[in-house]
Amino acid sequence: MSEPGYSRDEIMTVTAARQLRNGAVCFVGIGLPSAACNLARLTHAPDLVLIYESGTVGTRPVVLPLSIGDGELAETATCIVPLPEIFAHYLQRGRIDVGFLGAAQLDRFGNLNSTVIGDYAHPQVRLPGAGGAPEIATYAREVLVVMKQTPRSFVARLDFCTSCGYLEGRGVRRTFGPPGAGPQAVITDFGVLRPNPDTEELELASVYPGVTADAARAATGWPLNVTRTLAVVPPPEPRELEVLRDLHARTGAAHARPVHIKLPS
Amino acid sequence: MPLLSLREAIATYVKDGASVALEGFTHLIPFAAGQEIIRQQRRHLHLIRMTPDLVYDQMIGMGCASRLTFSWGGNPGVGSLHRLRDAVERGWPQPLTLAEFTHAEMAVAYQAGASGVSCGVMPRHAPSDLARVPGTAVREVQCPFTAAPLAAVPALTPDVTILHAQQIDARGNVLIRGIVGAAKEAALAARQLLVTVEEQVETLGSDMNALILPSWVVTAASIVPGGAYPSYAHGYYPRDNAFYLAWDEIARDRERFSAWMERHVLGVPDHAGLLRALGVAA
Repeated sequence: MSEPGYSRDEIMTVTAARQLRNGAVCFVGIGLPSAACNLARLTHAPDLVLIYESGTVGTRPVVLPLSIGDGELAETATCIVPLPEIFAHYLQRGRIDVGFLGAAQLDRFGNLNSTVIGDYAHPQVRLPGAGGAPEIATYAREVLVVMKQTPRSFVARLDFCTSCGYLEGRGVRRTFGPPGAGPQAVITDFGVLRPNPDTEELELASVYPGVTADAARAATGWPLNVTRTLAVVPPPEPRELEVLRDLHARTGAAHARPVHIKLPS
Repeated sequence: MPLLSLREAIATYVKDGASVALEGFTHLIPFAAGQEIIRQQRRHLHLIRMTPDLVYDQMIGMGCASRLTFSWGGNPGVGSLHRLRDAVERGWPQPLTLAEFTHAEMAVAYQAGASGVSCGVMPRHAPSDLARVPGTAVREVQCPFTAAPLAAVPALTPDVTILHAQQIDARGNVLIRGIVGAAKEAALAARQLLVTVEEQVETLGSDMNALILPSWVVTAASIVPGGAYPSYAHGYYPRDNAFYLAWDEIARDRERFSAWMERHVLGVPDHAGLLRALGVAA
């Protein structure tokens, strides 16, 4: 088979971007979520409202930020609010449509670990920790997860549950009363997983062109169910690839620019 | 409110064993102050900061801290803080006791501290293993009015909070512009507040609702141009993202880290010396 003309990272970002409807209010994480949100804003969703946890509301960065609080986000924002307000008045109060999360581990019910690999008291790997994820997972009306799919990251059992998905499934999440609906899609480098409407277990709903369900299963640490109507994700359009590549090129150049500070003589 | 050299401010107000919050969310991180604490070899500090960032990676790796209260401990957009990990995973250069929150909890904890109340409340949490870790301080309580379950977060009241800001005026009022994080709450929660600033100006000329810390809430201030580098000071210099990327390699290895700190922090008299050694300032 010939090379498809795009990378797995690119189709993953494009697929994540396509999940976002124009006008949605989106709480954005750094890395792939940020690339996907800005790609959406620069293509089909010009009125997407992007909020980063640094308190930058309605930001329209020209280059992708490396951190959650680069100056680029502040300069292009509608407003900047203090951090306690972004969490209390915007997220907790129910003003966020879509929260975008990644993690080190995900289980079949979309619960996420970003705290430790191994035992908490004697971790094999100490991960960065919760940040804003538990509240995003709780309060955003819907959650999108973007993660590379490997048997080490898509696990049968989390080492630590930092942020809740559907807990044990079959409506358990709703009994605890978090207002958000939970993870609606998990976008991986193989395709898209979605929760089964009854069990709430994540199932392979679509794959990228040239990717087989068996390959996706082999990259999953639990016996991954496949929907009967397994779809193939349409490949990235030239326009989507062009905008994404321009964005990455601008970003690379901006991040390499040397900083000079003038000291008073 | 005295203007002191940074050396004098740290020597006077940051004591061994103190709880110290160097705040600033990605923006205006008081690196110069953190590195002066390293130069003065403070020990057994309880470090408090939402995002430990490189500044605490350096302080932890240099043995200043025995305790860390935080909510997200990574190198933003890059990966791990290797010195923080080494302390937690292998106790090098000394063990580090963790108290971890979520961002939202820690914001509430600072707000409670700044308001003089023993705790702040949030809606009850969804289930998470965070509720079960040793040292977790969040407790479930009941709303006395509606009986709704709530999460209570104990107030954070650092002995000293240190901020970096853009300007101080002739009367000692301090202006912060741009991303503010929980700087104001951390400042007003502390028993003492130290501030470093880019420059002193006659008047601030800011908008009515600007974030200004009036001179009489500031314990002492120091003028330290470039004091937030390699984070940034909006309107003065941008974040050095290339440095944050390079730090991943520098901090990964104990010897390389120690040599870097020896040369760029211990081996220079002050922050201007570090900026010159890195070629950031002429």
